[in-house]
Amino acid sequence: MTNTLASKVHALNDALPLDSGQVLEHCEIAYETYGELNPEKSNAILLCHALTGDQYVASNHPITGKPGWWERMVGPGNPIDTDRFHVICANVIGSCMGSTGPASIAPDGKPYGMRFPVITIRDMVRGLVGLLDGLGIEKLHAVVGGSMGGMQTLSLAANWPERAQRILVLASTARHSAQNIAFHELGRQAIMADPNWADGAYYGGDAKPDNGLAVARMAAHITYLSEEGLTEKFGRRLQDRDAKSFGFEADFQVESYLRYQGSGFTQRFDANSYLYITRAMDYFDLAEEHGGKLADAFAETSARFCLISFDTDWLYPTAESRHVVHALNATSAKVSFVELNATAGHDSFLLPHDQLDRVVRGFIE
Amino acid sequence: MSTLRFDLAAIADQIGLEKKDARVLDVGCGDGALMAALEAEHGADVRGVELDPVKVERCVSRGLSVVQGDANTDLANYPDKAFDFAVLSRTLQTTNRPDQVLEELLRVAGVAFVSFPNFAHWGTRAALMFGGKMPVTNALPVSWYETENIHHVTVEDFRALVSQKGAKIAREWNFANERAIGSLGANWRAEIAVFQLSC
Repeated sequence: MTNTLASKVHALNDALPLDSGQVLEHCEIAYETYGELNPEKSNAILLCHALTGDQYVASNHPITGKPGWWERMVGPGNPIDTDRFHVICANVIGSCMGSTGPASIAPDGKPYGMRFPVITIRDMVRGLVGLLDGLGIEKLHAVVGGSMGGMQTLSLAANWPERAQRILVLASTARHSAQNIAFHELGRQAIMADPNWADGAYYGGDAKPDNGLAVARMAAHITYLSEEGLTEKFGRRLQDRDAKSFGFEADFQVESYLRYQGSGFTQRFDANSYLYITRAMDYFDLAEEHGGKLADAFAETSARFCLISFDTDWLYPTAESRHVVHALNATSAKVSFVELNATAGHDSFLLPHDQLDRVVRGFIE
Repeated sequence: MSTLRFDLAAIADQIGLEKKDARVLDVGCGDGALMAALEAEHGADVRGVELDPVKVERCVSRGLSVVQGDANTDLANYPDKAFDFAVLSRTLQTTNRPDQVLEELLRVAGVAFVSFPNFAHWGTRAALMFGGKMPVTNALPVSWYETENIHHVTVEDFRALVSQKGAKIAREWNFANERAIGSLGANWRAEIAVFQLSC
């Protein structure tokens, strides 16, 4: 499933050392770019995608044909203006859109499956930094990410402080909470309980663990929305019927919507990638990586930071952003922070929001 | 060159006189007017704290480093003497515990500028004495039921608090009708008072 995609691919020169102590040989990073890189290579913005995102931030998705996931933010004249900036978005390692992941072919000629090493957010960023090295970009104008992309953004700021001038983090956190881990575990168990998962060795077979992956996606999708947003969108309205069926079909619109989200997701995402990437997020604790004190993670930074949270986001609530802001205050870093009003919960960072646009544009300029 | 409001201009000028490239924390920075002036005119390295998210957005959109936060609680995160100057402009009287906020200001910065509407101004006194109503004046333009000012303070009250905290008043500016007046009889005459404090 990895070689049919149109992206540019950068093969890392060296094996990628991982936090687990293992190494990833022959690592490839698939990426897209938007806008011209200037001769000084000083106008590059690295965009980090979320758990199930990919490099198609502002171009059509090759499998679904849908527009890029952040076209309203990234493009000519948009807040992240590709007339001025060279935007790079790469698929993270462990994913399934062209970068090396569990569906890729291992050196022995067979897909990795569960032989793929467990990776961390920092490993993902290590891969991204390898890409930047390959592209000859020493210092980014900015690194930008929402959700898991925000974790990568913070990780880059902490571990490669000389690589970016501006750090923009949306709807994210410096550590996964017990509740975050719990929801991910639910998703992983759904995948692993699917008989088609076959301990991850389903590549080339007749069936994939689509049912398990769909349930994982449905559960996760609920965490991306808000109670208010769901009520507004669906309420208790019934789906294509006038009365309850007194059965277990998708009577309610919200059920139908979730089923659609779940099955649609299996068309474009690999179940094993879902296991690996959720694990990486669960392992993420930036303070732990730096001796237990988050402020120490940012001791070397001279970058400007901007954090944005949304008041209805209960996945990575405002308190998590504030936690990062307080750590940055303690190191006297240049930091901005704003909590925006939005009804859509965690997903708000992807949706139209005038204030968000103004903050992003102002910070990036 | 500055179009700053008179009380902010006094603070900006004094910071400019005392130190180039100063590190400044502006608590209750509003739309960032003072911050922008300090950066543009005095090369200062300025951070802001502001409660209102709309104002924070305006600040960040103009390239200022401003954190949405609360003067009552969020100063605790800054290390001791992280700044040369801390500014609390027309905000003291809105805090839950002005005395504790003052302590925090003087912890995070060597020098603090604090301004507030003087509740002992003759106009205020007259409104209470003759009108029997909570005053609505130039410096206190909002009715009692809508105002954010929960701890009204006078010049004399503030001097007493500073002395009680063991801090020193280095300078004092008093304003009426947006013009500087002498400190003589300031507790009667000043609508807005600005104090420069040090530990």
